[in-house]
Amino acid sequence: MTNLIIGLGVVLILVILFLLYRISSLVSLTKKRGTLPDDGRVDSSNSTNAALFLIVTIAGLAGFFWYSFTYFEDYTLPVASVHGKWTDTIFWITMGVTVVAFTVISFIMGMFAYRYQHRRERKAKFYPDNHYLELAWTIIPAVVLAILIFTGLRAWNDITSPASEEAEVIEVIGQQFAWTARYPGNKDNTLGKYNYKLIDPVNEFGLDLTDKNSFDDFKSLELHVPKGKEVLLKIRAKDVLHSLYIPHFRVKMDAVPGMPTQFKFTATKTTQEMRDELRNQNFNYELACAEVCGAAHFSMKMIVVVEEPEEYEAWKQKQEAWLKQNPDYLKKVPAELQEVALIKAGLQPDPGLAVAAGK
Amino acid sequence: MATTDIHVHTGVHHDDHGHEHEHHEGNFWTKYIFSEDHKVIAKQYLITGIFWALIGGLLSLLFRLQLGFPDANLEWLRPLLGGWITAQGKIDPEFYLALVTMHGTIMVFFVLTAGLSGTFANFLIPLQIGARDMASGFMNMLSYWIFFIASVLMFISLFIETGPAAGGWTVYPPLSALPQAISGSGLGMTLWLVSMALFIASQLLGGINYITTVINMRTHGMSFTRMPLTVWAMFFTAIVGLLSFPVLFSAALLLIFDRSFGTSFFLSDIYIAGEALANVGGSAVLFQHLFWFLGHPEVYIVLLPALGITSEIIATNSRKPIFGYKAMIGSMLFIAILSFVVWAHHMFVSGMNPFLGSIFMLLTLIIAVPSAVKIFNYVTTLWQGNIRFTPGMLFSIGMVSFFLSGGITGIFVGNSAIDIQLHDTYFVVAHFHLVMGSASFFGMLAGIYHWFPKMFGRMMDARLGYIHFWISFVGVYMVFFPMHYIGIAGFPRRYYSWTNFDTFSGFFDLNMLVSIAAIVTFAAQFIFLFNFFYSMFRGVKAPANPWNSNTLEWTTPRNPGHGNWPGAIPSVYRWPYDYSKPGAKDDFIPQTVPFSETPESNLPHENELVRLETSGNQGAVVVEKKD
Repeated sequence: MTNLIIGLGVVLILVILFLLYRISSLVSLTKKRGTLPDDGRVDSSNSTNAALFLIVTIAGLAGFFWYSFTYFEDYTLPVASVHGKWTDTIFWITMGVTVVAFTVISFIMGMFAYRYQHRRERKAKFYPDNHYLELAWTIIPAVVLAILIFTGLRAWNDITSPASEEAEVIEVIGQQFAWTARYPGNKDNTLGKYNYKLIDPVNEFGLDLTDKNSFDDFKSLELHVPKGKEVLLKIRAKDVLHSLYIPHFRVKMDAVPGMPTQFKFTATKTTQEMRDELRNQNFNYELACAEVCGAAHFSMKMIVVVEEPEEYEAWKQKQEAWLKQNPDYLKKVPAELQEVALIKAGLQPDPGLAVAAGK
Repeated sequence: MATTDIHVHTGVHHDDHGHEHEHHEGNFWTKYIFSEDHKVIAKQYLITGIFWALIGGLLSLLFRLQLGFPDANLEWLRPLLGGWITAQGKIDPEFYLALVTMHGTIMVFFVLTAGLSGTFANFLIPLQIGARDMASGFMNMLSYWIFFIASVLMFISLFIETGPAAGGWTVYPPLSALPQAISGSGLGMTLWLVSMALFIASQLLGGINYITTVINMRTHGMSFTRMPLTVWAMFFTAIVGLLSFPVLFSAALLLIFDRSFGTSFFLSDIYIAGEALANVGGSAVLFQHLFWFLGHPEVYIVLLPALGITSEIIATNSRKPIFGYKAMIGSMLFIAILSFVVWAHHMFVSGMNPFLGSIFMLLTLIIAVPSAVKIFNYVTTLWQGNIRFTPGMLFSIGMVSFFLSGGITGIFVGNSAIDIQLHDTYFVVAHFHLVMGSASFFGMLAGIYHWFPKMFGRMMDARLGYIHFWISFVGVYMVFFPMHYIGIAGFPRRYYSWTNFDTFSGFFDLNMLVSIAAIVTFAAQFIFLFNFFYSMFRGVKAPANPWNSNTLEWTTPRNPGHGNWPGAIPSVYRWPYDYSKPGAKDDFIPQTVPFSETPESNLPHENELVRLETSGNQGAVVVEKKD
């Protein structure tokens, strides 16, 4: 019943609007108010439109500046990585240049629309071209852009250059709809080989247990990284495209099935430092997915923990190797590597350590 | 002129029948449905484009409801969406992705490619260059009807049980290749691919026609340097489309193979739904290269016609020649060429070699130069003009404004260092919706308002046009401007909800504002629809040349029949922008007026041309003697 009444109301309003339109257009016909600018005559709406252009331009620019300054804190994310500072700087330089250009051109357009509205007595200026002007506004943007390109290229080349030998290597794997991290382990500090055909519900990395480097690799559902040390993320995906995105670090790189990718960065603030800075003790760095990957794309989250290097090392030492958590998989280890596997996975004490301790 | 005798021939033919045109216009079917008349085909494209724009807009409102009012109960949409509304009264997250995907596909391809180029290239090219019709009327008809079949398939895909394609309008595999990954990649994706393959065929048929017509069928005196900028824009658009669409076709074809015939062009090392797939050796990044090899030129396929249309309208209504006619052509040519070598700027963080990233960043930012030249030239055209704010003019200025504000953010996202953070965030959404979405859309609306009198012989109501413009102009900015802030804050696109992340937990207010603005802007389009259909039948009858314009289409009768001019095709003696020429009686001199009739306003070099003009409309080619 309510729907019917609402529907009838809408129809009634539409009918009234239509009648108003009909009446006003008949009136304007009898008054010969110009819908046709045939002899160059225009009606009063011309100056209204001209004025509106100026008003809307000024109001729009004012709103833009007001919001941008008032809510600056709300829309800028704090940065917590070395290269993030560079890219943010380039971002704000570009912002400065473009905002000036945008404001000036918008304002001039609004002005011209208002200033040069139709006047019967005036004639437009026949001004088909001017090579000097054309040249000027080809060269000026070209020079400005060249500077922006140059700064951008330098940052890009640094960001994408190979990581240093000492970098902390961590593998991050995307799948529908979660991220997991694999650390190279406390014994050999090298990631073991993997093969997607070895993946099963338990061996979610597809860990290749014929490679001795895989024995001490461990899994984590949080991404722990040390502050102030270069971290090289090795990124891969199991099923479809994902994109590893850590907003506060200005890190983003697609995870591609069949094509491992990587991204290196150095965190500059621990989670605790950021919590203090933001006065929010619940703050966490978050890793999100930025490439559409299916229904729950929007919930693919991993917590990132940045710690002081000592804390980070201590955390690492506490982690159990994947093989230790899943000793069933020892049977996949070749016979000659069984002992190494037991030691590296932490299932047997390391005789070397005992010897060292004995001394 | 190589074309002269063709015109003589057709001219004679039409002279015979010109006064009694009706008897060879055929019945209803050949006149309105399977018509070979470029004007009818243009209208078919236009109506289909408007239909798709409504569907595409409606889809965007549905997902804006979810984003702007995440807590609202959408149970009332169940009659429309059925099972896609969950038991909790929310839009299903997978259907949300389908909405986003179909909104993009429909708007980019069906509205702004077919609806824009299809309408205005078809309508304006023959009328503005002085041709009876397209080079091949039959191919032109075929182009529309193949597009129609593509439309039907795409439309059907909206209603199937597993839902339409849902992997984003870019349909990146593996997501789009694996029904296990998302249900939209089942039948919905198959229909999407078949529909797009047909769509591409249709665009190629159209494009070949546009190019041939422009090159071969210009009337006497219509040299390339006397062509209106609209025709130049359509010409470049068709060339860009012809060269890039086949690449998308190959990508679609290979994806069909991967999906249905077990090949591994794009698939490799995949473990999904508890099973390791056999595909090895394919490259998901290869698809992205192929897709964007069309995808980026596509941006200009969408934008160039709008640039052409608005150049024409702004010059006409400023009563001034377009400033820098040759620079305008040059920058369009430059943009068209560069558009082929920038595609990988969509892929800075796709995992491709970073060195490629530097090259593509360099090439991308170069495009800003010709774009800037165009903006400056538009503004200078307004300077010291005598501006008449017709609805077409309003939308044209609006288009320049969007081109400016959306283009300028391209300098951010084209810079690979900045793009790391902005890629796939709302900043990008804001950028391309302004620069290619809204700008092209406004170009299209400007064109409709401007050429409606020629299409239907009646005027659209100007006041409704003003209201439509101001709501849409402010509305579009309210929708897309706030998205810049949301994007700078890092919000990723294609997110059903942001509440899972503390980082993305703010901006409820801005998102609500955006959604409300989107609803209002969409509603305002019904003012246009009413105006459009009402004026088609009941509008004021249009005079021959309502905007006092110089171009050839206004020399045809009020309702031109098939063949456009009842008599001979007029000859052209001057460029199309002789507005407000010093010394001239009126503030416009149509292209058909010879210099010999306007000694009072001729420039010195134009007086030279007088002796080359012939009195007859056809024929004689005079060889200039320099002595």
